[in-house]
Amino acid sequence: MTAPIDEAIARVHHDEWARVVAGLARRFGDLDVAEDATAEAFAAAVEHWRRNGVPPNPGGWLIITATRRAIDRLRRESHRDAKYQAASMLIDNSPAVADGPIEDDRLRLVFTCCHPALSMEARVALTLRLVGGLTVGEIASAFLVPETTLAQRITRAKRKIKAAHIPYLVPSATEVQRRLTGVLAVVYLIFNEGYLPSGGDENLRTDLSGEAIRLGRLLRELLPSDGEVTGLLALMLLTGARHAARVPPDGELVTLGDQDRSSWDRDQLVEGWALVRERLAAVDAGAAPPGRYQLLAAVNSVHTYAPSANRTDWSQIVTLYDRLVEIEPSPVVRLNRAVALSEYDGPAVGLAEVDRLTDALADYHAFHAARAHLLRLLGRTDEAVAAYDTAIRLAGNPAEQRYLARRRDELRR
Amino acid sequence: MARYMLSVFGPTERTDFGDYDSKEAMLQAFADTGAFNEKLEREGYFVFADGLSAATNATTVDGRGAQPVFTDGPYLETKEHVGGFWVIEAPDLDVALALAAEGSKACRGRVEVRPFHTEQDIQEMLGS
Repeated sequence: MTAPIDEAIARVHHDEWARVVAGLARRFGDLDVAEDATAEAFAAAVEHWRRNGVPPNPGGWLIITATRRAIDRLRRESHRDAKYQAASMLIDNSPAVADGPIEDDRLRLVFTCCHPALSMEARVALTLRLVGGLTVGEIASAFLVPETTLAQRITRAKRKIKAAHIPYLVPSATEVQRRLTGVLAVVYLIFNEGYLPSGGDENLRTDLSGEAIRLGRLLRELLPSDGEVTGLLALMLLTGARHAARVPPDGELVTLGDQDRSSWDRDQLVEGWALVRERLAAVDAGAAPPGRYQLLAAVNSVHTYAPSANRTDWSQIVTLYDRLVEIEPSPVVRLNRAVALSEYDGPAVGLAEVDRLTDALADYHAFHAARAHLLRLLGRTDEAVAAYDTAIRLAGNPAEQRYLARRRDELRR
Repeated sequence: MARYMLSVFGPTERTDFGDYDSKEAMLQAFADTGAFNEKLEREGYFVFADGLSAATNATTVDGRGAQPVFTDGPYLETKEHVGGFWVIEAPDLDVALALAAEGSKACRGRVEVRPFHTEQDIQEMLGS
């Protein structure tokens, strides 16, 4: 009976991986050493714990084991002064305080993996590997790239971190806000890749949204008073809760209005709503005005709170999008606002708004899908069919393509 | 401390005033760059800095064969070339990037930040 033990090991892996890698990275100043030693320690744990049970303090056991492995590795290496270095590292006397405003090794690791000097792809890969503990193979299959490509991407990024002296620290209080935006973008990108895969049908991609939520929880644990951190977690919970209803096993996308609301993940919704309420209270009490993630979370809480689609409070959603357009006047945000507006003020008003975005969004499938839907409601069938055709051509996601094709074919009868 | 090269890129085709549109713009950029250089010296980052003559004044030399070959012009055929550079010493990349941002603003050019090899890099290359 190893199953409960394996479950316990998997749980410890989730809970402790980032802490062990991050602690070792600080102590040894080298991400390679930290990652390899941590992976070895987990391999050793599987062996020992299956035989002897999970120790009372699994995190401590792992840190001690990983540290020994790292020191062994440094000893093996042929550097002239490695022995002295290894000896000095037996005692962890590196300063634990004084770098940034918040002191947690895991937060340093997150800021290093998401450093703006690294490409977005490298940031995503490093974060999933070093903070999330996913294997290179898992990350590669989730992003549909060959394993060797992904391994190279990680190796190159780690080499740059070392060669360019990308610091292993939490940025200063004034910098943290700016840099955090990039960190949140990485986590949201991971979430979206799992939530709306741009191609393929790998199971792991739903695991990716789960992993993003886990990273979101970690960030909230580390930065509990940051509104956007909380907002992003709430947004991912409220969106992710609808995943099963959105893409059922038969594989055709079900849009929000047609989803079976009873199949939404209630626990995730309750948690998301609580976070949105927490932010509303904080803003009322004088916290900074909500940013994009808090506003998007609020939009999704209005959607999910309605007992049925036709009882959605569209005026509130339009108001929230108005505020979002103020801080982020991008064409995609304006498209979402126009769609909400069409629910509130009718398809003609919505279409007029959508058509203003033609130049900016000509290559974006969701623009043509929205237009098709509005043209259909207005009885402009031929134009609707043409818009569906364009949307299908541009959509990369198969579930979405099937949904759009069915909608188009309904019009052709 | 790590050493970085901050290279400033500008168009290959220069105006009568180098990379600038007018004499006034050029003089203002020189003044701002001078002030930035003074800051680098004052705060202990400065190693060396200078501006380069036009890339068209470059000559490329290949001395690998029996006879050296001299070719008129820069080694790379690109629309933009290095127009000048700083060599600085900084504790880490974040500091180097912040300084590069100031330098870029001062000289009105885009700046590439590139670390130099360290003693440790070389040791590792020799060791592996």
